[in-house]
Amino acid sequence: MRSIISVLLENESGALSRVVGLFSQRGYNIESLTVSPTNDKTLSRMTITTEVTDVETLEQMMKQLHKLVDVLRVTELTEGPHVERELMLVKVRTLNGTREEVKRCVDIYRGQIVDITQHLYTIQLSGTCFKLDAFVTTLEETSEIVEVVRSGVCGIARGEKALRG
Amino acid sequence: MEMLSGAEMVVRSLQDEGIEHIFGYPGGSVLDIYDAIFQCSDIEHFLVRHEQAAVHMADAYSRCTGKVGTVLVTAGPGATNCITGIATAYMDSIPLVVISGQVPTNWIGDDAFQEADMIGVSRPVVKHSFLCRTAQEIPMAIKKAFYLASTGRPGPVVIDLPKDVQNPLLKFPYEYPKSIELRSYNPTLRGHKGQIKRALTALLAAKKPVLYVGGGAIISNASKQIIELAERLNLPVTNTLMGLGAFPGQHKQNIGMLGMHGTYQANRSMHNADLIFSIGARFDDRVTNNVDKFCPNAKIMQIDIDPTSISKNIHVDLPIVGSIEIVLQQMLVLLDETQASNDSEKINLWWDQINEWRAKKCLAYKTSETYIKPQQVIESLYKVTNGDAIITSDVGQHQMFAANYYPFKEPRQWINSGGLGTMGFGLPAAIGCKIAHPEKTVCCVTGDGSIQMNIQELSTCMQYKIPVIIVLLNNRSLGMVKQWQKMFYGGRQSHSYMDSVPDFVKLAEAYNHIGIKVDKIEELEPALLRAVELKDRVVFIDIAIDPEEHVYPMQIKFGSMEDMYLSKTERTDA
Repeated sequence: MRSIISVLLENESGALSRVVGLFSQRGYNIESLTVSPTNDKTLSRMTITTEVTDVETLEQMMKQLHKLVDVLRVTELTEGPHVERELMLVKVRTLNGTREEVKRCVDIYRGQIVDITQHLYTIQLSGTCFKLDAFVTTLEETSEIVEVVRSGVCGIARGEKALRG
Repeated sequence: MEMLSGAEMVVRSLQDEGIEHIFGYPGGSVLDIYDAIFQCSDIEHFLVRHEQAAVHMADAYSRCTGKVGTVLVTAGPGATNCITGIATAYMDSIPLVVISGQVPTNWIGDDAFQEADMIGVSRPVVKHSFLCRTAQEIPMAIKKAFYLASTGRPGPVVIDLPKDVQNPLLKFPYEYPKSIELRSYNPTLRGHKGQIKRALTALLAAKKPVLYVGGGAIISNASKQIIELAERLNLPVTNTLMGLGAFPGQHKQNIGMLGMHGTYQANRSMHNADLIFSIGARFDDRVTNNVDKFCPNAKIMQIDIDPTSISKNIHVDLPIVGSIEIVLQQMLVLLDETQASNDSEKINLWWDQINEWRAKKCLAYKTSETYIKPQQVIESLYKVTNGDAIITSDVGQHQMFAANYYPFKEPRQWINSGGLGTMGFGLPAAIGCKIAHPEKTVCCVTGDGSIQMNIQELSTCMQYKIPVIIVLLNNRSLGMVKQWQKMFYGGRQSHSYMDSVPDFVKLAEAYNHIGIKVDKIEELEPALLRAVELKDRVVFIDIAIDPEEHVYPMQIKFGSMEDMYLSKTERTDA
């Protein structure tokens, strides 16, 4: 099952390596990981997406994360209503006569073309990772994908629920 | 305010922390700190012969006192040599502070001479670590390190100090922090009242309960509470390898160690229990055997200060997070208030069953005309030390013999590497214990494989006149490996035979210690007695034991807890 874990931790050198080290050390899998300081510069917020086989593994993973001295709060987002977004930049080479079709696709997916050359578009798209996957599949039908860069998922709970220091 | 250099701050902070003994080895990156130590009379430093041994000494010093052990080493190889020691302490939750030198900050990352990324290398085996980039950070880092090492689930903490940070010429205002608070670190000490009430109700209702007591009980000094709870409710108690001594070995309610080499009665009691109350134990694979067959009829309750220990290997029906001592005290108060008790008739029936298992006398062994049996050695050692010695051990058959045949009276009397299983632990551990308790008899029970892994520390004993006793169960082979090869690998003794064991008596004498060779049973007790009576010399007793002896009972792989080999010819499921 797919999980999104939000972690609030001290914004200190070494904190990230402790989290990453924990995952490899305990044999856990990281699908994506994003981290950045929050409005409180002493804290960083991390979003980890992971595939786990069962609830027990997820629970153990969260407890292990919490055990790290630098970690303040750990929460799982998919168990409740939440918003998740990922940013993607794709560079595509448009094939014969498909330049218009690619542009239409971008519009349908509500992406933006942020750079152009005679044969290339660089497209920016945000959304859930599933939307991004679908867009890449669509693009592959009409153009040649030159490169893809994705930010990894970041997520937040809906409503009153908040992860604060 | 007093002005101190970084190097002086290290030493002063240790003094302010109340540290009396440190174990270490100097080198280029810590020369300034060593110079500051030279000028400090309050801290006694012990120079080891290998950094790994320094960590084991500090570790054992901590195990036998409850204080935090302290280590000081140089950068690069000095630091990396500590890793096995740190991992040993980490696995057994032992509080340590390891201070390592580092190359100057502006050289970090340049592959400088003796540079190793100690923070990175140690990361998986420390509770936490600090790299100080300025001298002003040192007092706070040291304060935090000791606090983190000793609270919650204890563990080792590394402080990496680059050489320029120690610079004796640059002085800064020094003040040691009085208290400390970390917003991201708040171990739970008091147990949840509702859970404790439910646990007590379940315990009182149980017809076949077992208290399963581990190393956490020793760490949190909870022996008194365990004895009281067990005695008031007439509960059988089994100790893990790490928990030996938490409940007195000779107590009539002690059913012995459990697990891979646990007693017949302890393993059968666990398997047939209707309630298992785990107190500071962690359902290690050396206890549970096959987890799918683990104690099929038991409700499982657990107290542990570390939430990750709960439901990690075995699902726990009733967890209580908190300090063992505090939670058990809460439970005893509740027991007083409710004035409730358990059904003594049902408990007596359970004891009848357990005593039937006990009558099997699973630790009985055949003596021999030709050979000294390892069990005889441990029993004699118990006799001549009156059961009062601190026993350290290495890892292997001798460790299991010591665990099963020396019934420890008290906590912190049995010092061994349970989690990591580190050969080479025993001798430095004995030295650490003797430094902490000069008045006590300290014996290292070891094997001919293990002792050679840190034998250079005989030189440290010589330098500081640390009179430990080494009881070597010499079977001229790596006994436990050989036992497995005999049992499971068609007897093919692949590299488990040591065909060039040295003359240990001469070796001991080379370090100006007393060496005694024992070949005959009648020489055994006089030799041990002599060693105990000679209070001021290291005595190294090399005892030739039966090379074919196996450790029994032994759980059968993939089986339940109660599936055991009882001897070379007998197994429970046959």
